[in-house]
Amino acid sequence: MTRKQRRLTMIGGSLAVLAIAAALVLNAMRDSIVFFSTPTMAAEKQMPPGKRFRLGGLVQPGSLVKGDNLAVHFSVADGSATLPVVYKGILPDLFREGQGVVAEGALDASGVFRADTVLAKHDETYMPKDVADALKKQGHWKDDYGAKPDIKSGAAASAAPTQGAAK
Amino acid sequence: MIAEAGHYALVLALGLALIQSTVPLLGARWGDHALMNVARSTALAQLLFAAASFGLLTLLHVVSDFSVVNVFENSHSMKPLLYKITGVWGNHEGSMLLWVSILALFGGLVAAFGNNLPLSLRAHVLAVQGWIASAFYLFILMTSNPFLRIASPPIEGRDLNPVLQDIGLAVHPPMLYLGYVGFSISFSFAVAALIEGRIDAAWARWVRPWTLMAWIFLTLGIAMGSYWAYYELGWGGWWFWDPVENASLMPWLAGTALLHSAVVMEKRNALKVWTILLSILTFSLSLLGTFLVRSGVLTSVHAFATDPARGVFILLILCLFIGGSLLLYAWRASALKQGGLFAPISREGALVLNNLFLTSACATVFIGTLYPLALEVLTGDKISVGAPFFNLTFGPLFVPLMMAMPFAPLLAWKRGDLRGAAQRLMAAGILALIAIAVLGAWTWGGATLAPLAIGLAIFVIAGALTDLVERTALFRAPLATAMARARGLPRATWGTAFAHAGIGVALIGIVCETTWNSEYIGSMKPNDVATVAGYQLKLDGVTQRQGPNFREGIAQFTVTLDGKMLQVMTPSKRNFTTRGSSTTEAALLTRGASQLYVSLGDTNADGAIAVRIYHKPLVLLIWWGPVLMAFGGLLSLSDRRLRVGAPKPAKKPDKAARAMQPAE
Repeated sequence: MTRKQRRLTMIGGSLAVLAIAAALVLNAMRDSIVFFSTPTMAAEKQMPPGKRFRLGGLVQPGSLVKGDNLAVHFSVADGSATLPVVYKGILPDLFREGQGVVAEGALDASGVFRADTVLAKHDETYMPKDVADALKKQGHWKDDYGAKPDIKSGAAASAAPTQGAAK
Repeated sequence: MIAEAGHYALVLALGLALIQSTVPLLGARWGDHALMNVARSTALAQLLFAAASFGLLTLLHVVSDFSVVNVFENSHSMKPLLYKITGVWGNHEGSMLLWVSILALFGGLVAAFGNNLPLSLRAHVLAVQGWIASAFYLFILMTSNPFLRIASPPIEGRDLNPVLQDIGLAVHPPMLYLGYVGFSISFSFAVAALIEGRIDAAWARWVRPWTLMAWIFLTLGIAMGSYWAYYELGWGGWWFWDPVENASLMPWLAGTALLHSAVVMEKRNALKVWTILLSILTFSLSLLGTFLVRSGVLTSVHAFATDPARGVFILLILCLFIGGSLLLYAWRASALKQGGLFAPISREGALVLNNLFLTSACATVFIGTLYPLALEVLTGDKISVGAPFFNLTFGPLFVPLMMAMPFAPLLAWKRGDLRGAAQRLMAAGILALIAIAVLGAWTWGGATLAPLAIGLAIFVIAGALTDLVERTALFRAPLATAMARARGLPRATWGTAFAHAGIGVALIGIVCETTWNSEYIGSMKPNDVATVAGYQLKLDGVTQRQGPNFREGIAQFTVTLDGKMLQVMTPSKRNFTTRGSSTTEAALLTRGASQLYVSLGDTNADGAIAVRIYHKPLVLLIWWGPVLMAFGGLLSLSDRRLRVGAPKPAKKPDKAARAMQPAE
């Protein structure tokens, strides 16, 4: 093989691998990305049943009902709309009424959000970043949601990472 | 007084770093030996002051001086001593101080042991280290000073985030930083080579041990972080494709590629320009990792810090170093002479293939990690890119990589014999096929991919062993000869075999854990029995206990298998009063490489407690694999040929061994 042919083989091989990687990425982008939405946004977009998304908002106070065998019902609200959620499994340590929550799952035919994962990844103000941003955008943000402790709390804003997962 | 001394030491270190980053460069330009030697003394003095600063912060934490903000916010007088010390880097300011201290340590090591480096190369390398150090000292002093005082000191501290009060987290960040920052050495060498416009095999011989050392620490650091997440977060997951985890995986992938391309450069004087680029990219990804974690652009499991001023500063550092080094690369790379021709089928070719797949895999992780951020900035849409994305991109790229892996060590330099290598791998291939057949029959109707993946893993492990068998002529020559040859093999060869086998071992663990994991989630009352994978767990009761800085409820489970009592497991739930937060302490029962995992949820009003029980077959292999890889790296690092300054051996042992092999 001449030097030129060798070089061409190398370049050809590299391009092939890169093309494969790009194809994989594009393919995965189409199928496996999950959008975030609040109950209002879900209603506006008219999410079809079965389409997975992340639902974020506040757990409506008084809506939490614990059933048998770890089945849980609660509603997620964002100030203008609410969406009922059912979940089966252990709720994260920081899940509580009136606080922010993010659940992943899909709507069923009757318009109930069936969550298979409930996340409570948030800082010491008990407000997931996605939820806080969405609430601010919709004008339902109350300052005391994000009330910071007296001293500048840059350090160790604990992102208590708890996650309930039920398959 | 201690705090002020620490602050002062930090400022002095900055001053020294500024001198270190300018004077030696001028010395190199003017050919002035005295000025070039300034690099050495400033690097050592800088190490002294950085270490003093870090030591003083540790002392503040140990004596619980709550008049210092950093101690007040992250410590508590009742906290055990170990966590008082580890709390130093359990927060943003302290961990940045640890970062620069490690940087100063590496700079000091180059200064102390770099006597046989060309003087101007050493001056350049240390100057580049000085730039990085200056930037980070400035960052700490301007935005995250750990030595700030409170006007009216409180009596008690706020305590460290409870999930961080754990031995796993005590060692994880230093390990990770030793890896991240270790790559700064190869970066500095790369930039120095670009400035000097000169690079040769001796350069690679110098860079390789540093890269290897950083890689070993990063491998262990990632594995340790993953194990910590597994047992501390309470739901048995060990890798979340969380941006912070990806931030450590990207430098690892690029660093692994760098490790392999540096071999080509050292042995064959080829791939120079590419190796330089990889050195730059690897450290850039380490910086990016620091940025992602420290700037708070992500809200994720590990992001302790949220402060835009810091984010902008780190972003500036990032742009300066990555942009600057890439510009320098674009400008100067063409000046470096190309060398070493090789055929596509050769050991060099195989290592190029390795680099291609590793960097592509790294690119997919990069896209998956940063695309959501970019999209949010550009369109405001919030998306989450999770495990499915990475399984669809990262997975398929690793399959061909692992299939090619056993071939590379069997191919010769320059021009390899693919068919010969395939013949020698026949036994490994057959072993893998048998494993696939047996597993496929055993789990018929179940997962189809799992037996194939395990077959691949066995091929990788057996392939790594084949290389050793071939080189020692085991089974062909008398045992004594084989033993003698095994002793004569270079340690780097053993290292390669161990590291490659480690990948296979980890893959077996990953596949078994994800495919044959069984779980029970439910609420249990005392004397209830749960059955998982044949194990019976009886809840004996729940008791309350007072710990040093928490209260915990401990559940006691008696575990029996086939009517035989094995052990008592005591998972607990801790409430940390100071922060009002709780953690779940999972209980683990290890049987071989498999584990039984119990963690607790909430207690209901009627006394029933939510319980999560998993049986995870062969789960420990996931972490034994990386340990094996790190061990391989260590063996390779101890190879005398790699040891810098070691005189050349009279005859190369591996060549001698190969010459002894009968012609095939």
